[in-house]
Amino acid sequence: MAKNSLNNLSNLPIGTAIKGKWHHNTYKIVKKLGSGANGVVYLTDWKGTQRALKLSDNPVTITSEVNVLKALAKAKGVAFGPALFDVDDWVLGSEKISFYAMEYIEGTDFLTFIKKRGLEWTDVLIMQLLSDLEVLHRGGWIFGDLKPENLIVSGPPIKIRCIDVGGTTKIGRAIKEFTEFFDRGYWGLGSRKAEITYDLFAVAMVMINAYYPKRFVKTGSEGLSQLIEKIHAKEGLKRRKKILLRALKGEYASALEMKRDLSLIKIQKEPISQKVKSSGTPPTRKKRRPLLRALETIIIVSVICFIYAFYIAGQLL
Amino acid sequence: MNKGTIKQILLLTDGCSNYGEDPVAMAALAREEGITVNVIGVMNNDVIDERGLKEIEDIAAQGGGISQVVYTKNLSQTVQVVTRKAMTQTLQGVVNSELKQILGTDVEMEDLPPEKRGEIMEVVDELNETVNLEVLILVDTSASMKHKLEAVKEALLDLSLSLTARTGNNRFSLFIFPGKKKEVEKLIDWTPKLEKLTTSFSKLVPRGMTPTGPAIKEAIQFMLQTSPKGLLMEHDGEEFFEQSI
Repeated sequence: MAKNSLNNLSNLPIGTAIKGKWHHNTYKIVKKLGSGANGVVYLTDWKGTQRALKLSDNPVTITSEVNVLKALAKAKGVAFGPALFDVDDWVLGSEKISFYAMEYIEGTDFLTFIKKRGLEWTDVLIMQLLSDLEVLHRGGWIFGDLKPENLIVSGPPIKIRCIDVGGTTKIGRAIKEFTEFFDRGYWGLGSRKAEITYDLFAVAMVMINAYYPKRFVKTGSEGLSQLIEKIHAKEGLKRRKKILLRALKGEYASALEMKRDLSLIKIQKEPISQKVKSSGTPPTRKKRRPLLRALETIIIVSVICFIYAFYIAGQLL
Repeated sequence: MNKGTIKQILLLTDGCSNYGEDPVAMAALAREEGITVNVIGVMNNDVIDERGLKEIEDIAAQGGGISQVVYTKNLSQTVQVVTRKAMTQTLQGVVNSELKQILGTDVEMEDLPPEKRGEIMEVVDELNETVNLEVLILVDTSASMKHKLEAVKEALLDLSLSLTARTGNNRFSLFIFPGKKKEVEKLIDWTPKLEKLTTSFSKLVPRGMTPTGPAIKEAIQFMLQTSPKGLLMEHDGEEFFEQSI
């Protein structure tokens, strides 16, 4: 029965007016944005403004997600998840359908974006993601179900956003929702407790997913050695092996720490691809730097020696 | 100290019972005793026939639980989701009956404005995390399950991983039907982690009939003899619930 009504819910005709029982807002359906096990999301029009509307025949789902969105709004500073505008029920005959209205985040999903714009975007987007995660973690939350499908790249200016907060869990509790490929438990690399390291594991898997868009399944019981094999097979991953391994093994204490390691200087030099060649500047600068540094050191040391010699001479005389 | 206990029977089968008591009646009995029955229909490449499908749905409906039919490759995720959902459902039931007590009338959570619902949901979430859980796993080991047992093992280990991440205590036990000599056989007594399963499961030899009814009956008896009172039992429920807040 529940399945049937969800089916109906995911096929609402364009133009359908959804009216809230409690707050009396009316939302007109523009198009369907997506549907999953927990509900359907539509793009709607509310007084000429675009709003994304999530409907579910299970009020528990809606209430839980609303709770998370409210908590995220309190941990202000970043627009990580979508902004929440309204929560209500839509009475449709004898049925009551719970929904909430949120900000409509327009963009491309993570993997499609990488495919279109190139793998060189991976680091930037992951660093943006890590900054947002840092704030989320400080607020006492773990994202949980971190995967490319839940990440939208909006802009310009390019900014990664997350659209599904259904898996967000308070630190220390058990993870509510997860997807096997991104779950450290599945790979035998840790528990399903909501910890910072749980999210950072998933971040590493998102990076791996960028190089393996079709993903892969676990073969055998040695999860880590399989992942290492996969990392070695792709040049771009191999160059980031240290970072990936630390994240996979749960060795990063914070998202910020992982972000710092991702910064350009720490990653082995990329082979100069044709695109990069034309810009030309970064390699030259890198070559010059050690020379400059050496020169700097020599000057400083000699100045100190000079002053010291003066001092000694002064003492002696 | 006593946080109350959620009691579940998790039945993994691939079809119709053909021996002993009516499993739907036994599921009804379980519910009366405060035990929820969840059923997972396990498919390989075969399809579960309509009669089998109906039985799976009926057992869960009567047992106050959730049923789902899946292919072996999706088994791990499903077993986990079904168990968690059923826990929420049980706690929701307890909270709803509390609401009725407080508000007098036939008020359910959905009748409250969305703002109030959020607060109640937080209580349910909190209970979900901290409540004690007992899951008696009943695995159908009739001949047709032969090639599915490896996937069942994986799924159960995965379930253990998910549940042990909670703050509340967990107890698992494992029964198979049909057993070596009897209709039902206890393979693993109550244990906080399911790791033992790896060894005991590989020794299994699938055989014979499918006595689902007798298996549920035995499971109820075992749970009543060995465990504290459940959260679902009407008269005791309130007491437990109050203690847990």
